Amino acid sequence: MKLTSLLATAALGLGLATAAVAEDKTKVGFVYVGPVGDGGWTYEHNKGRLAVEKEFGDKVETVFVENVAEGPDSERVMTQMALDGADLIFTTSFGYMDPTINVAKKFPNVKFEHATGYKQADNVSVYSARFYEGRAVQGTIAGRMTKSNIVGYIGSFPIPEVVRGINSAYIHAKKVNPDVQFKIIWAFTWFDPAKEADAAKVLIEQGADVILQHTDSTAPQAAAQAAGNVITFGQASDMSEYGPMPRVSSIIDDWAPYYIARTAAVMDGSWTSTSTWDGIGAGMVGIGEISDAVPADVKKEALALKAALADGSYHAFTGPITKQDGSAWLGDGETADDGTLAGMNFYVEGIEGDIPQ
Amino acid sequence: MIVLEKRPQPSQAWSMATPAVAVLATMVFGGVLFAALGKNPIEAIQTIFWEPLFGEHASYYRPQLLIKGAPLVLIAIGLSLGFKAGIWNIGAEGQYIMGAIVGAGVGLAFYPLEAWYIFPLMIMGGALGGWFWAMIPALLKVKFGTNEILVSLMLVYVAEQLLASMSLGLLKNPQGYGFPGSRNLQSYDSAHNAELFAGTGMHWGVVAALIAVIFAYVLLNRHMLGFHIRLTGEAPRAAKFAGVHPSRLILFCLGTSGMLAGLAGLFEVAGPAGQITIDFNVGYGFTAIIVAFLGRLHPVGILLAGGVMALTYIGGDIAQSKLGLPASAIQVFQGMLLFFLLALDLLTNYRIRAARKEVA
Repeated sequence: MKLTSLLATAALGLGLATAAVAEDKTKVGFVYVGPVGDGGWTYEHNKGRLAVEKEFGDKVETVFVENVAEGPDSERVMTQMALDGADLIFTTSFGYMDPTINVAKKFPNVKFEHATGYKQADNVSVYSARFYEGRAVQGTIAGRMTKSNIVGYIGSFPIPEVVRGINSAYIHAKKVNPDVQFKIIWAFTWFDPAKEADAAKVLIEQGADVILQHTDSTAPQAAAQAAGNVITFGQASDMSEYGPMPRVSSIIDDWAPYYIARTAAVMDGSWTSTSTWDGIGAGMVGIGEISDAVPADVKKEALALKAALADGSYHAFTGPITKQDGSAWLGDGETADDGTLAGMNFYVEGIEGDIPQ
Repeated sequence: MIVLEKRPQPSQAWSMATPAVAVLATMVFGGVLFAALGKNPIEAIQTIFWEPLFGEHASYYRPQLLIKGAPLVLIAIGLSLGFKAGIWNIGAEGQYIMGAIVGAGVGLAFYPLEAWYIFPLMIMGGALGGWFWAMIPALLKVKFGTNEILVSLMLVYVAEQLLASMSLGLLKNPQGYGFPGSRNLQSYDSAHNAELFAGTGMHWGVVAALIAVIFAYVLLNRHMLGFHIRLTGEAPRAAKFAGVHPSRLILFCLGTSGMLAGLAGLFEVAGPAGQITIDFNVGYGFTAIIVAFLGRLHPVGILLAGGVMALTYIGGDIAQSKLGLPASAIQVFQGMLLFFLLALDLLTNYRIRAARKEVA
C-alpha cells in the first residue's frame, strides 16, 4: 500500500517535472522549400536555425521539414508543427504566403514569420532582406572586371525581388563601365543544378565573362570554373569553396540575428507582428570576402560602396534613373520608395529584352 | 542452386499478395535505412504509418489523407485503363496542369460574379483542358504512329512553361503587387471547391475519385469496352480478330486519362491549392503511375494504393519534423516501395525452386 502510493507520488512528480520542462522549452519550427544541403537559400535559413539552438541551448527546441512544396503540402506541414506545439514558425519561401495566413488563422496563439511576402496578420510577421544592396556591390565589381563587357545573369523567377536585383546590378555596373551589357536567362527555378549549369554554359558561350545568379545551387560556379577566366559571385551563401576563382565575392543572407531576436521576443512575450526589411547596415545582407582575383583598387571601390550603403549615406536606387521604356522614374538625387521597390516590375533603361509575362 | 521456373499460369495468389509483401519489405528495409541514419527504426516506421491514422492528431491527418490521396487515385484510375491496353500515357502531370489552367481560367473569367453555374462550368473546363492535352499524343499516334510515351512526356514540359506564363501574365492577380500567381479561388465563393462538410477533407475531388473507381470497375468487368481494353493488353492479335479498333481504343484511353487528370488539376486548384502559381504542380501525375501499378491496375487496388502513398507522404513529413529524418531518406523509402513491388512481381510469373545439384 505504502509502496504503491509512494510510486504514484513519484510518478506524479515525474510527470509534473516533464510537463514543466516541456512548458519551459520554446518550440520553433522551420519550413524549407529546398534541401538543407542546397548550399544557398535553405542552407542559410538552416544556419539561422542552428544559431537559435546555439544561442538558447536547452531553452529551445527547433524542428524543420525540408523540400516542402508550396501549396497544400506546406499548409499541412505548418499545421502539423502547430499541432505538435510549436510556438513560433518561420516559413521561408514566398509561395508559403497564403498557406501561412490560412494556418495562422487556425492557431491564433502560434506566431508565424513569413519570408519575402507581403501579407501580415496579428500573428504573422513578414521579413526580407534588401539583397539589392548587395547586388549594387556585385554590379560594381562585375562592371570593372568584365573584359568582354558582357555580364550574364541567371534569373530564377521574374518576380519583383529578382527584377530589383537585376536593375541594381546593372545600374552599378553601368556606372563604372558604360559599355557593359547584360544577358539574362530565366531558369524558372530556385534550385535545379542541371538547369542552372546549362544556363551558365549558354551565357559563357555568348561571351559572358561574369556570371551573376539568383538561383541557389553552386552549379553555375562549377560551370564557370570549368570554362576558366569567368568570374562568379556566391548567392545566398558564401560558396567560398569556389574561391578565389571563379567566385570573387558573394551575397550572404544572414538570418541568424533576426531569428534569435524573434525567438527571444516570443520567450519574453514581447513579440508583435512586424514588417522587417533589413539590408547591409543591419547585417541581414553580408558581402562575402572579396578575393585576390579582384584588383586592389576595385576592391577598395566596392568596399567604399558597401560602407556607404551600410551607413545609409547612399541608396542603391538614386536618381536620375529612367525606365526601360524611356519614361522618367527618379529625378536627380531622388531615391526610390519602398512601395515601388517592393512591386518592381520594370527594367531600367539600357537593359535589353523583356521581363517574361 | 536456386532456379526460377516459369509458371504455366500467372499465380493469382501472388498477384494479390505482392503489394502487401512489398509494403512489408519496404518497412523492413526502410527500417534498416533509418537505423543506419541513427534513428529508432520502429519509431520511424510507426511515425510514418501509424501517426497519421491513429496518432495524437489523427483527427487532422485523416482528412489530409483524402486531400492528398484523391488526385492520385483520380489520375491513376485513368492511367490504368490505358496501361491495361498497353497505351502508355506518361504525361498525366501535363494534363493535370492544363485542367487546372483551363478550369481556373473559366472561374476567373467570371470574377467577381457570384453564380451557381460557375463551378460546374469550371469542372467542364478542367475536364476539357486535360482531355485536349491528351488528345495531342493520341491523334499523333493514330495519324502518324508517333510514340505516345515520348509525346505525352514532352508535353509535360510544355505545360509547365504555359503554367509559368499564365502565373506571370494572363491569370496574374491584378491586386498581387506584381508577384506571380492568380487570385486565390478559396476567397471566391462561386469558384471555391470547399470541403463539403467542414473538417472532413471531403471535397468534390474526393467524390469524383470515388465515382471514377466505381465507373472503372463497372467498365472493366461488365462492359464490352472494358473487355476490349483487357483483351488488347493481354492478347493484341486476338483483339484484332475480335474486331477491336486500335485507333478508337487509343483515343478513348488517352482521352479518358487526360480528362481525369484535368479534373484532378481543377479540383486541386479550386480547393486545397487555391491558386495558379508557377510551382502549382507537385508531381501527382508522375506519382499516380506508381499508384496505378501498386494497385495492380485494378480500381479497388488503386484506391488502396492511393491511400498508402498519401500515408507515406504525410507520415514522411511528420517523421521529418518529429524525428529529424532527412527528406531524401523519405524519398528513398517511397522509391523502395515501387522497387520491391516490381521485384516481387517476378513471383507472379515465376516460382523459385531449389534445384538439385547436377554433375556437369
